[in-house]
Amino acid sequence: MTSPNIENTSTIKPAPSNIFLRLKWGKILAHGALLFLVILWTFPTAGLLVSSLRDKDQLTISGWWTALVASERNEVVRLGKASDQIEENGKFYIRGSLFKEGAKRSIISFGLKSNELQSAMAGGSLSMKAGGQITILENGVFTWVSDEAFTHTRGPRMFFVAHIQPQFSLENYFEVIESNGIGRSFINSFTVTIPATIIPILIAAFAAYALAWMNFSGRGILVALVVGMLVVPLQMSLIPLLRLYNNIATITGGESKTYLGIWLAHTAFGLPLAIYLLRNYMAGLPREIMESARVDGASHFKIFTTMVLPLSFPALASFAIFQFLWVWNDLLIATVFLGNSEGSLVLTGRLRELLGSRGDNWEILTAGAFISIIVPLIVFLSLQRYFVRGLLAGSVK
Amino acid sequence: MFAQIANAMIAILVGVSVAFFYFWGTNWLLDKFLLTDGANINNAKSVRNDKLRSKIRPWLFLFPALFFMGLYLVFPVFATIRLSLLDRTADNFVGLSNYIWAFQDASFLQALGNNFLWLLIVPTASTGFGLLVAVLADRLWWGNIAKSLIFMPMAISFIGASVIWKFVYDYRGPDADQIGVLNAIVQMFGGTPQAWITVPFWNSVFLMIVLIWIQTGFAMVILSAALRGIPEETLEAAKIDGATPVRIFFDIMIPQIFPTILVVWTTITITVLKVFDIVLAMTNGQWDTQVLANLMFDLMFRGGGDSGRSSTVAIVIMLAVLPIMIWNIRNVNREETTR
Repeated sequence: MTSPNIENTSTIKPAPSNIFLRLKWGKILAHGALLFLVILWTFPTAGLLVSSLRDKDQLTISGWWTALVASERNEVVRLGKASDQIEENGKFYIRGSLFKEGAKRSIISFGLKSNELQSAMAGGSLSMKAGGQITILENGVFTWVSDEAFTHTRGPRMFFVAHIQPQFSLENYFEVIESNGIGRSFINSFTVTIPATIIPILIAAFAAYALAWMNFSGRGILVALVVGMLVVPLQMSLIPLLRLYNNIATITGGESKTYLGIWLAHTAFGLPLAIYLLRNYMAGLPREIMESARVDGASHFKIFTTMVLPLSFPALASFAIFQFLWVWNDLLIATVFLGNSEGSLVLTGRLRELLGSRGDNWEILTAGAFISIIVPLIVFLSLQRYFVRGLLAGSVK
Repeated sequence: MFAQIANAMIAILVGVSVAFFYFWGTNWLLDKFLLTDGANINNAKSVRNDKLRSKIRPWLFLFPALFFMGLYLVFPVFATIRLSLLDRTADNFVGLSNYIWAFQDASFLQALGNNFLWLLIVPTASTGFGLLVAVLADRLWWGNIAKSLIFMPMAISFIGASVIWKFVYDYRGPDADQIGVLNAIVQMFGGTPQAWITVPFWNSVFLMIVLIWIQTGFAMVILSAALRGIPEETLEAAKIDGATPVRIFFDIMIPQIFPTILVVWTTITITVLKVFDIVLAMTNGQWDTQVLANLMFDLMFRGGGDSGRSSTVAIVIMLAVLPIMIWNIRNVNREETTR
């Protein structure tokens, strides 16, 4: 453009192609960067899901990313001692298998030292230091035979290369649901979550309507109070409420850790967000409709129940999803107000307990964790639209 | 178990109907006892009743919410302040000695220091990654799928996320095949696998990564909406003027959405201050990873509980949240006056 000679196109021409090239590289870079981030973000969860479906013996010896490939592994097993021998037709036998029963593995080769894994192939034989010959079949079954009685007191070590088939099953899930209490906790989580999600809605909706459409002195202060309470750390509430619950229980002679107690706690803790979200939404409803209804003589109660409540459905749905996810995923309030007794542990509490007691049993932890995240994931994925809308209403002012 | 499910159902029914009958009933009572005389609508008594009713009704609508919030959120703030001045069983007044204890206690100071690091790193990283994903995804055809996937951890509980990441950081001894992704990668590049969550300082960072992983989706959604709110003409004009994408990003997009960035930042800051589940599940404060929220939880239950010290820690958390709370309230008040 700065060139005065317009006809001199030859010097201008390369420019667009450069821009084109740059844009293209920029695009490729953008694709690559985003793909990298997506993989980074999904990889951990994928690991959990894949691991929970794997055989628990394989899970402890190979990374989950190798789950689909059959793997080869060097292993070592001690053979039987002299006391295991059986005499048959004047010969002495020690029999057994290198694998546990039911393992989907096969032997490729074996040897007597860790650096002589290929001394014999599956089906072949080796002579042993303790006397006699050993034959190992592909399925791991070995026969060690000798003309003289065995006298060794310690089983010699047998090194071998095993071929491991990928194996998937729901076995881990059955195990955690039945023997680790996850099934019970699943029910408990629902018991806590559903009432704690539904009860606050009506209470919040009435309050939100009053703050959005009724004129009274102190309204501004109440709105400020609600906004303030949005961020009050729950840590501030726990100790006094725990003491209050204990006192009530002592006076009435009942339990201090009850479902009723946790429902009410969650209801109260959910109210600031509910009121804030709903008030913002209701305040955005068209003023003309409200005013014409007022002029027609409709009472606030009638306007609220017949017009505002149905119109506010999207906001109500947003809040319900928020509250559901928050209550389902909560550990703090459940621990404090429902306790850790076997019968009332919710999923998060159970998972925490399993992390402590079964910290190395990844087949149990992964399956348990997946059960605990599947419900919020379904809610989240199917109702993402409402959730996002709620997030936007709750944060962007 | 079935009794339990039935109880939950009954609770929903009772809860909702009690709420409904309260609202309906009080309204009915109000209209009945402060009747407007239809015949003489201008009679002094009717006018007075009308006024009185419109003064009372908002409070009827508000009462249940205010009651619950008062009991569960406002009263405890004052009660916690009082408890922080009492001893461990809340029987004797001890003045400020809990606070003096706190600022001389190694674990408290460590928690304070770690919390400072968390506040420095987590909101910054989450907002940064969120912005990066939002900008990238808005330009690509599969951006929405990418956003959904990165958003997904938002639905996962902190404990569930801790299990997921503990598996990533898993360590199997120096010679074994590593089943944790991190150690497998380290091994692949010739490094020595380690028990990462026991290595001080870096272990805190590894715990922070869990929260960053969860919060990035939140930042991304909000920032992406803000980016879409930038007027198309502004961006077009910049492009025509020959601005490079990088300059458009830093000189136009960032200033335009700066208020939103602040909101995201403060929201994540508050979350950071309150999160204790991750630390509890992964290290329980061992190996120098303690944070205030977990220390508070620990003091609340360990050895029968120490309500004084535990309340003191809660108040320190509250004080950290206070500036953000005031800022939020001022923002809302400004909006109220312009509405």
